[in-house]
Amino acid sequence: MAQIKSPEELEKIRQEVSTQRDPNRPCISICAGSSCLASGAGEVIAAFKAEIEKQGLKADVDTKAAGCPGLCEKAPIVVIYPQKICYVQVTPEDVPEIISQTVVGKKVIERLIYTDPNTGEKAAHEDEIPFFQKQMRLLIGDNMKIDPKSIEDYMAAGGYSALNKVMRDMSAEQVIEEVSKADLRGRSGSGFPAGFKWESCRKSKGDNTKYVICNCHEGDPGAFADRRLLEANPHLIVEGMIIGSYAIGACEAYIFVGDEFPQTVENARLAIEQAEKYGLLGKDILGSGFDLTMEVCIDGGGYVLGESTALMASMEGRIGEPRMKYDHGTDRGLWAKPTVLNNLQTWANVPLIINQGADSFAAIGTEKSKGTRIFSLSGKIKNTGMVEVPMGMTLREVIFDIGGGIPGDKKFKALQVGGPMGGFIPENLLDLHVDFEELNAAGLAMGPGLVVADEDTCIVDMVIYHLNFLANESCGKCTPCREGLKQMLRILNNITEGKGKESDIELLELISEVQQDAALCALGQGASGPLLSTLKHFRDEYEAHIKEKRCPGGVCKALIETLSETSA
Amino acid sequence: MDDSKIDLIIDKHHAEESALIKVLLDIQDEYGWLSPKALKRVSEKLEVPLARVQQTATFYKAFSLAPKGRHTIHVCNGTSCHLRGAQRVLDKVQELTGIKPGETDPDLKFRLEAVNCLGQCALGPVMEVDGKIYGKMSPKKAAEPLKKYE
Repeated sequence: MAQIKSPEELEKIRQEVSTQRDPNRPCISICAGSSCLASGAGEVIAAFKAEIEKQGLKADVDTKAAGCPGLCEKAPIVVIYPQKICYVQVTPEDVPEIISQTVVGKKVIERLIYTDPNTGEKAAHEDEIPFFQKQMRLLIGDNMKIDPKSIEDYMAAGGYSALNKVMRDMSAEQVIEEVSKADLRGRSGSGFPAGFKWESCRKSKGDNTKYVICNCHEGDPGAFADRRLLEANPHLIVEGMIIGSYAIGACEAYIFVGDEFPQTVENARLAIEQAEKYGLLGKDILGSGFDLTMEVCIDGGGYVLGESTALMASMEGRIGEPRMKYDHGTDRGLWAKPTVLNNLQTWANVPLIINQGADSFAAIGTEKSKGTRIFSLSGKIKNTGMVEVPMGMTLREVIFDIGGGIPGDKKFKALQVGGPMGGFIPENLLDLHVDFEELNAAGLAMGPGLVVADEDTCIVDMVIYHLNFLANESCGKCTPCREGLKQMLRILNNITEGKGKESDIELLELISEVQQDAALCALGQGASGPLLSTLKHFRDEYEAHIKEKRCPGGVCKALIETLSETSA
Repeated sequence: MDDSKIDLIIDKHHAEESALIKVLLDIQDEYGWLSPKALKRVSEKLEVPLARVQQTATFYKAFSLAPKGRHTIHVCNGTSCHLRGAQRVLDKVQELTGIKPGETDPDLKFRLEAVNCLGQCALGPVMEVDGKIYGKMSPKKAAEPLKKYE
């Protein structure tokens, strides 16, 4: 393919790619996201190809290994276009029937369509399934139409039109103004205004060499939205980062990804390679005089690497220990040069803002939180998966209307919001809205993962689980984090073993307070999140363990044994 | 072990000090672990003190300073898998293999790791052997997949 030299040429190629595609041509899209692949999607794709060949339909029917649409619970997912018939939990044995009945015969196979776990209602089309219907899928809605390994697919779905618009019509300042006007806020959970960060970096007098980083570290256990989005639609991120780099004046961009996600890394690397071939990365992009290189950077593993200073230290080849933030990253970041670090989902919103305009973006959401938010739903929930909801939706709607609620007639106990340093909330707080200020005020953070716990969960055990995780992941540099976590765990383990004292809760609160004030970085300062939120909302569970030597969730082995001995 | 590839890997990264982590990741990919010899070679070629190479190799979770087994078992202990009983699955796998997380058995057959999240929450509890995912695990079901590996 030839290098594209101007916005006009890009537009021409985009048009060509789109017109070459007949929207009425049958296409079988099979989700090739990691969940579907783990459930046998690879075999299903192979079976479709073989069956199409066998029935002599190769000239008439396309197959596509598509990006993840989010309904991981029902993997593998298959959508037949142009009718948009959605089949779930498809096996290679179903393939011949799908070809003859649906693709050729245009009939729906009842057995393979989605059945609502609560109402028993069936839905044959992608847009009739309540799980999809109740979301606002501005960023992930096209995933099933895009093969993540094909830049042409992305273009056919409207991709790189925002870059085109920027390069043709907009100055760097105008891009920043648009992003500021849209009120795009950092999706890491901090909610820091992206436009402000970009502008500070652009204006930084530190150096003319500037860097841009996409944080896709996503170390939260139980969260997989960021890596799944990068895996499903890598060009969306690449486009967002090219636009951002242009606005900031950066010459190098990096996507920082965890080492445990090989498929995500593979797709991101391929996307960068394709963009380079088209001339969307490299020297003099679209004839604008703007140069940019992009690279995927794999971390060596460790939760603390999600912290900005630790992340940059790791990229420089040092150990990932956080440092005090005397300077802003926008003045002295990577290699001490001005750097903008944004979360993957923040970058994902940039093309949308440019295409639709700041006003239309800012019309979605609440007063201070605009646009949508992509969460991963997991734990004890019927529809595990990746969902995109407008800001302002209540957590109850996300968990029950989209997530389908708790499996097996069990009762809801708690929702974890904001990862291991976030908090647990009880049912009466589920009417909180997805909104930075509202969640922060409730002591939560807007992390990418929502994890549901049912009545069979022991809250004290969950807190121990998270503190263990954080203690393992603590870099050990500062005492309040390293030693504080150890002491908290000692006390909590005593409680679950039936050796708890009434003064323990006060002592735990005291250690948390010191840790919050004195720890060096966000990991230590936030480590008591699960503990404090549960002491507030689930204090009765601690008291049951300490005073009655009873575990309400029926999890703590020592207490179950004591109970059976006494009742025997 | 054949260590000729170590120099090739180092040269690929132009023996730059800043490439330390990348070099170590590549060596680990090639050999499955970081031998004392490999660490020493990296220290010499990159002109980085051995203590710093050691510090890096012990700080990051991806590195192993002991030989890995022929097969690596990852038992996911992410929040979602934990809620669905991952600990009981891990207990069973420990019993079956006779090793704890972070250990390799004396026959070098299995290495066991408890990992934070494999991102396969819909299939939890999840066990992964050499990259292949085994979903919806239970203590009872854990034995079957392990029999396939020699």
